[in-house]
Amino acid sequence: MSKPKAGFNWFASCGGCEEAVVDLHEAILDVVAAVDIVFWPCAMDFKKDDVRAMRDGEMDVCFINGAIRTSEEEEIAHLLRRKTKIVIAFGSCSHMGGIPGLGNLFTRDEILEHDFTQSFSVVNPEKTYPQEVTKVPEGEVELPRFLDYVRSLNQVIDVDYYLPGCPPPVALLRNAVQAVLSGELPPRGTVLAPDKALCQECPRLDSKPDDLAITEFKRPQEIIIDEEKCLLAQGLLCLGPATRSGCGAPCVNGNMPCTGCLGPTSRVKDYGLSTMTVFASLFESKDEKEIDELVDKIVDPVGSFNRYSLPSTFLHRKANV
Amino acid sequence: MSNNGNGRTNGSPRIGVYICHCGINIAAKVDVERVTRFAETLPGVVVSKEYKFMCSDPGQELIQKDIREHDLNRIVVASCSPLMHEETFRKATANAGLNPFYFQMANIREHVSWVTKDKDLGTEKAKALVAGAVRRVSLHQALEKKRVDVHPDVLIVGGGIAGIHAALTIANSGRKVLLVEREPTIGGHMAMFDKTFPTLDCAACILTPKMSQVKDHPNITLWSYSEVTKVDGFAGNFTIQVTRKPRYVNEDECVGCMLCIDSCVYKQARVDDEFNQGLSKRKPIYIPFPQATPPVVVIDPETCMQLSKGKCKQLCAEACEKHAIDFNQKEEVIEVQAGAIILATGFKTFNPMRIPEYGYGRYLNVYTSLEVERLVNASGPTGGEVVLRDGSKPKSIAIIHCVGSRDHKTNKYCSRVCCMYSLKLAHLMKERSNAEVYNFYIDMRTPGKGYEEFYDKLLEEGTHFIRGRVAEVTDWALTDAEEGKMIVRVEDTLVGMPRRIPVDMVILSVGLEAQPDADDVRRLFGVSCSKQGWFTERHPKLAPVSTATDGVFLAGACQGPKDIPDTVAQAGAAAAEALAMIDKGFVELEPNTAFIDEEVCSGCKSCIPMCPYTAIKRDDEKKVAVINEALCKGCGTCVATCPSGAAQQNLFLDEQIYEEIEGVLNYV
Ligand SMILES: Cc1cc2nc3c(=O)[nH]c(=O)nc-3n(C[C@H](O)[C@H](O)[C@H](O)COP(=O)(O)OP(=O)(O)OC[C@H]3O[C@@H](n4cnc5c(N)ncnc54)[C@H](O)[C@@H]3O)c2cc1C
Ligand code: SF4
Ligand code: SF4
Ligand code: SF4
Ligand code: SF4
Ligand code: SF4
Repeated sequence: MSKPKAGFNWFASCGGCEEAVVDLHEAILDVVAAVDIVFWPCAMDFKKDDVRAMRDGEMDVCFINGAIRTSEEEEIAHLLRRKTKIVIAFGSCSHMGGIPGLGNLFTRDEILEHDFTQSFSVVNPEKTYPQEVTKVPEGEVELPRFLDYVRSLNQVIDVDYYLPGCPPPVALLRNAVQAVLSGELPPRGTVLAPDKALCQECPRLDSKPDDLAITEFKRPQEIIIDEEKCLLAQGLLCLGPATRSGCGAPCVNGNMPCTGCLGPTSRVKDYGLSTMTVFASLFESKDEKEIDELVDKIVDPVGSFNRYSLPSTFLHRKANV
Repeated sequence: MSNNGNGRTNGSPRIGVYICHCGINIAAKVDVERVTRFAETLPGVVVSKEYKFMCSDPGQELIQKDIREHDLNRIVVASCSPLMHEETFRKATANAGLNPFYFQMANIREHVSWVTKDKDLGTEKAKALVAGAVRRVSLHQALEKKRVDVHPDVLIVGGGIAGIHAALTIANSGRKVLLVEREPTIGGHMAMFDKTFPTLDCAACILTPKMSQVKDHPNITLWSYSEVTKVDGFAGNFTIQVTRKPRYVNEDECVGCMLCIDSCVYKQARVDDEFNQGLSKRKPIYIPFPQATPPVVVIDPETCMQLSKGKCKQLCAEACEKHAIDFNQKEEVIEVQAGAIILATGFKTFNPMRIPEYGYGRYLNVYTSLEVERLVNASGPTGGEVVLRDGSKPKSIAIIHCVGSRDHKTNKYCSRVCCMYSLKLAHLMKERSNAEVYNFYIDMRTPGKGYEEFYDKLLEEGTHFIRGRVAEVTDWALTDAEEGKMIVRVEDTLVGMPRRIPVDMVILSVGLEAQPDADDVRRLFGVSCSKQGWFTERHPKLAPVSTATDGVFLAGACQGPKDIPDTVAQAGAAAAEALAMIDKGFVELEPNTAFIDEEVCSGCKSCIPMCPYTAIKRDDEKKVAVINEALCKGCGTCVATCPSGAAQQNLFLDEQIYEEIEGVLNYV
């Protein structure tokens, strides 16, 4: 029997996901031994035409990381969908929009204007903006269009599975590869991680009080963090109660609060909303003014509660007014 | 998708949709026919019909017939508010053999026709709501109601005539009553009156026997000088916290001999007597009036030397043979259980300082009606003699109606009792002082058995009646005859000219207002109140003593101004409602309880402190949260809190709510 054909692709993301693949270390040799890597532009030289040349459904599985921001990414996403049996959204950006998704707090025009005219390192008195088509003596040069907003992969194409995380934890990746190889896959649409929140596997859970009441918010740099006690009980915004487990709690073990990269469990439709409601519910004060003051202490609420997930919330983005 | 049990869905949906005209209540602003035809096109809908009155018997039969003939397994009725008829239609559904929770109501009356001017827009909105309800009902599941035993005791709050009558009715039936009264004595306003209209029987003669019965009744526990400070639970099983203020006198010992009062170091009474409306003085240790119930003295800590200064010879304690006086008494907080609650907190009178033109507080001889009730009372400050503040007898008296009633600047409503009590006071004043009495009225409102006859009698007695709203009470005399008098300026609308009537005494017939703490009280007991603060009955005609909260009933003037006959009738009705609930022995609980999906719960503990009924514990072995279904009241707090979607609520599953929202939004 021929080896399954696998692909990897990189859209709008930092590249950390590619790094995660490399982090398989020796295990990557097993992967290479088990599958034929037919597309991995980050590591080897592949062109769009190589994909176009494939038969529809020729690739058995493709791991796609990164969100969709440009017309080229959108086009290739559709192309890969056609050529692949199992598309796995790989990493937070592909899964929920990720950090690039925070771009949705601004309109396209605001971003272009800022980056090409106002940014500290830019001098552009003529206000020259990148054009999709530019005439040069040699002919025409084309650039992909910078789309209006960022989308997660499943907002552009059908996605079969999700490997969450920023980047996905190696253990989850290994399990996923195993599942693909053995053909023992869960129902389509499943997030390939445990369906329970992080508190479940957090070593600090026992120190979390039954009657937790939030009286203040602190930032990690403001306090000496106790290494044993539940971080939420120390006033830090730990998103563990709302975030899928499976990571092994590396942040919490590193004495930092969970920031939510694995996203919500299967029953939650809007990750940011569920994190906000749980904290708001736990506020000790019932006085409106005190509550307002407490809320004001949260620096950058969207970046705190939707750091990896803004495009996949009900609101998606700032309206293009 | 996980749910709370197995086999609770019943195959692919076969939905019946029924659109109600509600006469023209709905049909005037919603094209019912169009909505009906629209509903037919929705997925899963097998029949869609319209009917004039869905809640009528034929309307309900229509549903039942269709369930049988078309094998329907889901029902949607688009009509009024679920508060109105959800139960009706659930029963109709159940009578045809379907689980009653395979039913969903769309409110196209209160939410659409009554708040929409444009018929096209109304029709569109009704369609959207029906679309939402149809999608939601497809995900409904069969649920069972739970029965819970009812606690047989009744709590009554407020010991005016309403609370007293309700307490005796219930106690006589053999049930136990806890009567909580805020003041040191029960009796309320009625205890202040000398006579009562229209029969002029002596208030004390008819009230005090009832007060003693309350005190002696084996089935009544009376806690005076006490207030309810917390209410938990639900119909049939309320847990109530009562705070008993210290009266510094041991209630079980004191026999009401009042020896202590005589021996108090204050030889003269110096404190304004609240019960006598400040028309006389009392000592720091006092009893509101001789027949006060319980007959126990009380010490006012603000003026008592011992309690305010920490230093006194304590002659009162020395005088007390029963050693009842206890300066170390502390506030007590007691928790009690009851199955039903009757609110009978009464009213307060309008403060006439708010109408400065009438001179109250400025002219010594302007009185409120309540003050005059004390003045004419045989056990009042003057022993029933009508004398002015300087001791002289008035020769002419003005009674001004509608003070703080039927007035856009104060209260728009009619206080219902003031015309009648003004007539009563006119009669009493004339009888006691032989003065000329002038009644200034806007309209004479005497509807009631024997009331008009009472008015006729007064007309014959030679009391003067002047129709017109009084403009002002002034001491600015224009003639010698007016010198030294107060002049009532009024436009006599029958004669059609302004008049000035000089009098020695003015009585302001103040209106009735809601208690100042009505809003706190209503929150405590979970009932609603009108803008003016009167507690709201469940239905003005058909459920006049029930409230929106099951198991909480209303009696007397706390629900709105009313006289004693109406108060007593209502108190009887409230008692009967409470007894009916208790004698049934059980209440059925809505099955809208919460449950936790163990597969998803991370044991994060967030929900545990949220539950107002401490129904959630953590199972330390399984490391998940567990809800005690018997304690859960279905408030939904944990469901909203849970960041994993593990805590869910029957009838309000996320899937059902999202489905309904999508149904509405997709149509829009
Ligand atoms: C001047 C005047 C004359 C009147 N004359 C007549 C008449 O002749 N004939 C007639 O039929 N009607 C008359 N009325 C009307 C009559 O007063 C009322 O119909 C009657 O008092 C209503 O009784 P109630 O028990 O509802 O309220 P109330 O008499 O006001 O009693 C309420 C009781 O509840 C207690 N209470 C209040 N809040 C609390 C709380 N939070 N906790 C515990 N206890 C509380 C109060 O202390 C009070 O004891 C007159 C009214 C006025 C103002
Ligand atoms: S809140 Fe954070 S620190 Fe506390 S138990 Fe949960 S994951 Fe651990
Ligand atoms: S069901 Fe409701 S809307 Fe229809 S007739 Fe009855 S009260 Fe009116
Ligand atoms: S302690 Fe003194 S002031 Fe107080 S009631 Fe007794 S005698 Fe009067
Ligand atoms: S719904 Fe949740 S919070 Fe509310 S009573 Fe039930 S268990 Fe408690
Ligand atoms: S909040 Fe949700 S996940 Fe956390 S313990 Fe409660 S039910 Fe479980």
